Amino acid sequence: MTRDQAATLIGERFGIAQVEGDSATIVVTVPVEQWTPFALFAKDTLGCRFFNFSTAVDWKEQGLEVVVRVDNVDARFGLLMKTRLGPGVSACPSLVPVYRGANWMERECYDMFGIRFEGHPDLRRILLGDDWEGHPLLKSYAVDTPHPPYR
Amino acid sequence: MPAAFADMPAWLVAAIASFILLNGIALGVAYVTLLERKFAARMQSRIGPYRVGPHGLLQPIADAIKLMMKEDVVPTAADKPVYNLAPIVFLIPCMLIFATIPFAPGLGVADLNIGILFFLAVSSMEIVGLFMAGWGSNNKYALLSAMRAVNQIISYDLPFVFASLVPVLLAGSLRLGEIAAAQAGLWFIAYPVIGQLGFIFFILSTVAAENRAPFDILEAESELVAGFRVEYSGMKFALIQLGEYAHVVASSFLGALLFLGAWSGPGPEWLGAIWFLIKAMLVFLLVTWVRWSFVRIRVDQILALSWKALMPATLVLLLLTAVVVVWTGNGR
Amino acid sequence: MSTVAPTKTVEFEYSGGERLTMNMGPQHPSAHGVFRAILTLEGEDVVGVDAVIGYLHRCHEKLSETLTYAQYPSIASKTDYVAAMTSEFAYVLAAEKIAKIEVPKRAQYLRVICAELQRVASHLLWLGTWCLDMGGALGGGATIFLYCIRERELVLDLFESLVGARLLYGFYQVGGTRYDIPPGWAETCRETVDLIDRRIDEYERMLEENPFFLARAKGVGLISRELAEDVGISGPLLRGSGVACDLRRAEPYSSYEDFDFRVPVETAGDCFARYRVRMVEFRESLKIVRQALDRLPEGPISSRPGLKSVAQVRVPKGEYYARVEGARGEVGCYLIADGSAKPYRMKWRGASFSNLAVLPHIIPGHKVADVVAIMGSVDPVFGEVDR
Repeated sequence: MTRDQAATLIGERFGIAQVEGDSATIVVTVPVEQWTPFALFAKDTLGCRFFNFSTAVDWKEQGLEVVVRVDNVDARFGLLMKTRLGPGVSACPSLVPVYRGANWMERECYDMFGIRFEGHPDLRRILLGDDWEGHPLLKSYAVDTPHPPYR
Repeated sequence: MPAAFADMPAWLVAAIASFILLNGIALGVAYVTLLERKFAARMQSRIGPYRVGPHGLLQPIADAIKLMMKEDVVPTAADKPVYNLAPIVFLIPCMLIFATIPFAPGLGVADLNIGILFFLAVSSMEIVGLFMAGWGSNNKYALLSAMRAVNQIISYDLPFVFASLVPVLLAGSLRLGEIAAAQAGLWFIAYPVIGQLGFIFFILSTVAAENRAPFDILEAESELVAGFRVEYSGMKFALIQLGEYAHVVASSFLGALLFLGAWSGPGPEWLGAIWFLIKAMLVFLLVTWVRWSFVRIRVDQILALSWKALMPATLVLLLLTAVVVVWTGNGR
Repeated sequence: MSTVAPTKTVEFEYSGGERLTMNMGPQHPSAHGVFRAILTLEGEDVVGVDAVIGYLHRCHEKLSETLTYAQYPSIASKTDYVAAMTSEFAYVLAAEKIAKIEVPKRAQYLRVICAELQRVASHLLWLGTWCLDMGGALGGGATIFLYCIRERELVLDLFESLVGARLLYGFYQVGGTRYDIPPGWAETCRETVDLIDRRIDEYERMLEENPFFLARAKGVGLISRELAEDVGISGPLLRGSGVACDLRRAEPYSSYEDFDFRVPVETAGDCFARYRVRMVEFRESLKIVRQALDRLPEGPISSRPGLKSVAQVRVPKGEYYARVEGARGEVGCYLIADGSAKPYRMKWRGASFSNLAVLPHIIPGHKVADVVAIMGSVDPVFGEVDR
């Protein structure tokens, strides 16, 4: 499977015509309902078994966007899949049942953005302490937010 | 026993002899650590201790003073009587084993007729002190380490005993003085096949029974921080160190005595003690060399090595020696 | 005297079971940095592990949103402080891709030289500390460690004469490199490379002819190919599990396509396989450095020389995920630019983070002693894990 075949297949199966990216990457935006089915499709059909990373972007009033990159290391193409959660929404299906690597990555997303991944087996803070208040990578979280007793 | 002591009461002679020996051990051990550090430094392309005294010669004294002046920390949750007693219980057998070693013909505290048996029996007693230290500290690392210690020492004392019995069979005596004297003509290490194998097994089981790297799983600072002595500091720590090194030195003397012909060597007879010392230090450096070249092996691998390889091997060697001794009529 | 009665069972929490909970870290002789593994033991066997990270968290991702494209590269080096060149590299690559900035050939070659020297320095530290973990500071491990540190010093000396710093460099900048090599540097570099090449043979002999080392490394910490991909481990770990994936080959960046090198792959997936992969990588990195020095083209070292203000680099709206093959694996920088002088969002994909995430999957079932061997073979750098 090449990158172009994969792009065509995505268009056929999910009706997503907007496939971007360069010669080695496919960038797709998936509706949040199809998030888990799409990941399964990427892993089983497209051969993207390598879980690269998962993160999120805070687009302020447009809401949060979850970004996951998976790779097909044999065919050497990557798939950057995104989903918009919508304004004020902070729940997203978890990909841990599909990729085990999503475990720590989604914990980090929860830690930094407060996104609740539904179906995650162990959703705790990972980098910050358990008693931390707020989610630092949200745009609404100022860099100099005081956090007693540390500062 | 030299004639000058003939008039004195026996208890006084014994007291003087042990006084000299104990102090000698304490000082000797201090300098053995320096020897090891210098040797290890050379292996690692370093210089080693150099600042205290010329060529770092006063380093052991400085170390001793430092350890004496350190605060003696006792953990709140420790089992205090056990915790405090452990270093002493550990040290006593390590010192006691020197008693039977004849440093030159007739120069020893007590040349028992069961000398080697006494040495082997007492040297395994250190495990009591180790376990007390590990248990009394009330620390998980120390506890795990104490458990490992019991495992390891039980497994390695048997091959240690078997390997040590090979020269006993060859000499036909349990008295260390007589074993040494029996090697006047031919050192036991030069005895075809049996001698060399016996020496190798002896060194291997000594390293393990002394918990030296690569068998130092009970210290294992990368896993158990410092093992059974993790909670010890100051003088108690120094006592444990002293005991450990005293044990190593005593085993080196035993190795030199059993296999390397003890005090036999060229030159006048009074050089004998010097030869013995040199041989013992060579054995010690051999052990040190092993220590600084191998990575530590795992607890299950250590036990497997003992029970599956070393034990049968030493047992077979012992039987073989017995057959040879009977065959050649060497036994007395 | 305190009036509080000492309690006998402070830590044991003996509940009648045979299980013992043991903390390894955050301050522990074999924790490379600050990492806490909460091990559940049954005797010597590990039955459960929970990893606690974050002790070194500085929120680089938030920090980068407040720093310009000219400022951040020298901060980026503080993520992975053992291989500081790598993370700078990923960041500037991402910015250059979005802004479509050309990098002169000479700068690309200089980048390759530094990245490869950094890989050698990092692997040297790994080899030393891994053996230290297995052999102990008071055993054979310390010997290898001191040897390795001796060679790492030589590489750091090279960096010092090039950049002026020994640990955190700030050598890469958007558009090229900050410094050109000083006169005589190439010769010193060649000598160092030859020396290290010879010494590595020595270490290889010392370790691979050592039965105890083999007993500790072989068959320990198996990572299957399926698990490796699923968790997303990369670098020598991935290649040790039978996946031939090296970004320098798969997605050549910065003129890596010009060089002739081999990508080592081992299929066993154990600690020894990872060791073998890294030992071959040493040689290949040295080979690349030699080739790059031989063919180093003349020309400018930056397409944007003479940095005058911190906001000089403007990056148009766009996003890119740039990744480089670091010493520990894929170091990626997912950059979203909004057209201003600072990124809108930046995500670090730290190789150590993903590599460390495999530990809970492979440690249970091993002995306590293996935990440190496995952890060492993963080669985590906690600056990169916690970012």
